[in-house]
Amino acid sequence: MRTKISSRLLAASSVLALGMTATACGGAKTGDTASSESCLDTSGDTVKIGFLNSLSGTMAISETTVFKSLSMAAEEINADGGVLGKKLEIVSEDGQSEPTVFAEKATKLIQDDCVAAVFGGWTSSSRKAMLPVFEGNDSLLFYPVQYEGLESSDNIFYTGATTNQQIIPALDFLKQEKKIESIFLVGSDYVFPRTANKIIKQYAAANGIEVLGEEYQPLGSTDFGTVVDKVKAAGADAVFNTLNGDSNVAFFKEYKGKGLTADAMPVLSVSIAEEEVPGVGVGNLEGQYTAWNYYQTIDSETNKEFVTDFKAANGAKAVTSDPMEAAYTSLHLWKGMVEKADSFEVADVVDAADGVTYDAPEGTVEVDGENHHLAKTALIGQVNGEGLIDTVWSSEKPIEPDPFLKSYDWWKN
Amino acid sequence: MDAILAQVFTGISAGAVLLLIALGLTLTFGQMGVINMAHGEFIMAGAYTAFVVSTITAGTELSLLIALPVGFLIGGLLGLALEASVLRWMYARPLDTLLVTYGVGLVLQQVARDVFGAPAKEVPAPDWLDGSIPILGYDFPLTRLFIILLAAGCVAALLAVLRFTALGREIRATVGNRDLAETLGISTRRTDRATFFIGSGLAGVAGVALTLLGSTGPNLGTSYIVQAFLVVVVGGIGHLKGTIVAALGIGLLQAFLAHALTGSVAQVIVFLAIVAFLQLRPQGILSVRTRSLA
Repeated sequence: MRTKISSRLLAASSVLALGMTATACGGAKTGDTASSESCLDTSGDTVKIGFLNSLSGTMAISETTVFKSLSMAAEEINADGGVLGKKLEIVSEDGQSEPTVFAEKATKLIQDDCVAAVFGGWTSSSRKAMLPVFEGNDSLLFYPVQYEGLESSDNIFYTGATTNQQIIPALDFLKQEKKIESIFLVGSDYVFPRTANKIIKQYAAANGIEVLGEEYQPLGSTDFGTVVDKVKAAGADAVFNTLNGDSNVAFFKEYKGKGLTADAMPVLSVSIAEEEVPGVGVGNLEGQYTAWNYYQTIDSETNKEFVTDFKAANGAKAVTSDPMEAAYTSLHLWKGMVEKADSFEVADVVDAADGVTYDAPEGTVEVDGENHHLAKTALIGQVNGEGLIDTVWSSEKPIEPDPFLKSYDWWKN
Repeated sequence: MDAILAQVFTGISAGAVLLLIALGLTLTFGQMGVINMAHGEFIMAGAYTAFVVSTITAGTELSLLIALPVGFLIGGLLGLALEASVLRWMYARPLDTLLVTYGVGLVLQQVARDVFGAPAKEVPAPDWLDGSIPILGYDFPLTRLFIILLAAGCVAALLAVLRFTALGREIRATVGNRDLAETLGISTRRTDRATFFIGSGLAGVAGVALTLLGSTGPNLGTSYIVQAFLVVVVGGIGHLKGTIVAALGIGLLQAFLAHALTGSVAQVIVFLAIVAFLQLRPQGILSVRTRSLA
């Protein structure tokens, strides 16, 4: 009898254990929206700004590098005399890969630390969780990652690409350069891939491209046997990959293992940057395509300096990637806005934002005061044998941001 | 027919992965009743062992084969350390061990992040596992074949140890009746430690093998621990044969559902099926009056 009871107990407690690991993603807590006058103090020699990145948890893999490039930008600005004559004082908080923590820490940065602006966030869920905090407190967030678009807050500046600067140019490339007639969609099962694929399917329908399949795997899944079987059986001209994180490793290993190659069936990925290439394995990725607005290999003086400085600060093996560059650029853009406004007040900064430009490593970017995104040049890259990404195609000029895709008549939300 | 065959192969190889990650847990959870949430991090330690070995041997063809025993040792030693420092004080308090080992797992993840850095590492597969071989017209990746053989080898070795060695007899005796085993002169403390060593070592082996399929990062363990517990609970706690049946069953079910539907939906249905199954048979596929292993 004793054994029976204890095995029941074990079963029950192991179910509890499963629950503990499975409920990592809770609903986003609405931040403290008790609006208070900003307590920003600009009387001294310094001005506080907040960095809010996940330095622990599952997203630390990506966000730590954003933190490093933000720190580098702050050091540069301070060495150059600061902003409006004031040195930047960094208050750094760990978002711990939890949207609720992002909301709490954002509230702390705004209300307790009285920062002038916050830089950070990565996942869309972290941004969505912070949005009411920044709107409620009328404060500023600079968000550095490409995302699914369809958003525009007065209190957020989006310095990564929106869909018409990454996904649509990627499809243009596949259609015009690779002459594809059919495509297979593979993605992680959450908001970004689902939204991206909705756009891709409407683009495909309007452009005579046949979508031969659409497969989603749970975030973090590493079992791609069945998915790759389906991709192979469908025989599309190309695969559009919106998988995120570790799933990419498993997907590309399985892809290569089943004999699929970049020549026969190229994969275009929108979440694999220089940082992720070594983890997936250069051998598994060589020849495959990516879509971003920045690559380490960009041949310009500004970028060479950026790469050299970053390696000097973080070791010769460190690589630079799109989100890092967008974060680095975001701090410089904020500096430009503050100096144009001649004020640290949020309302003044927002009013001055339109038309502020910065000669970024990716090229010159310009802030759109209307939707708070940047005009950016789209770059299609191909992974080379050294694990870096070479530009093989680019948009003719910076693409104006269009987060709600209003200028595309085939788009119906 | 081709599709069915493909799913059978995919299911078996997914089942072999589940079997590898759950095998060690069958021992520690099954025999000792320890809910070791850090089992996933022992798997992660095995994966990092493979990375370190492949770096030291500069990617020679044999690094994988060297990493397997080293991974077993590292996993086993971590298990021993956990047992000696924490778990021995809280046997018979399963809920406490659950929380403590969950914390230990988080600590190990952060240690890995600090030592190896947050980005995932690549462990190159040896050339002799590159590509695929056609079996009945289906291109079977060699890495998957290797994992199936490894899982089979681990099961065979574990069965042999339990059945034919003195240690195995002591383990079975301790599981069968701890008090009686002690009166017969068996040191159950020593047996517990040995069991934990083997169970944790198997997690290390699983970690080495998983580098062939996925990435080697600090979160490797968390993505497998839930599945490992599911397999053990469905198979019947502490029952090795049940674990094998459960691993292959879940693997095949998942493969066929993912083929017919989509990956996400398949996972939901598999979870629902497991919940329904445990309602009907809370003791799992196989059950015994005493919690024996073989």
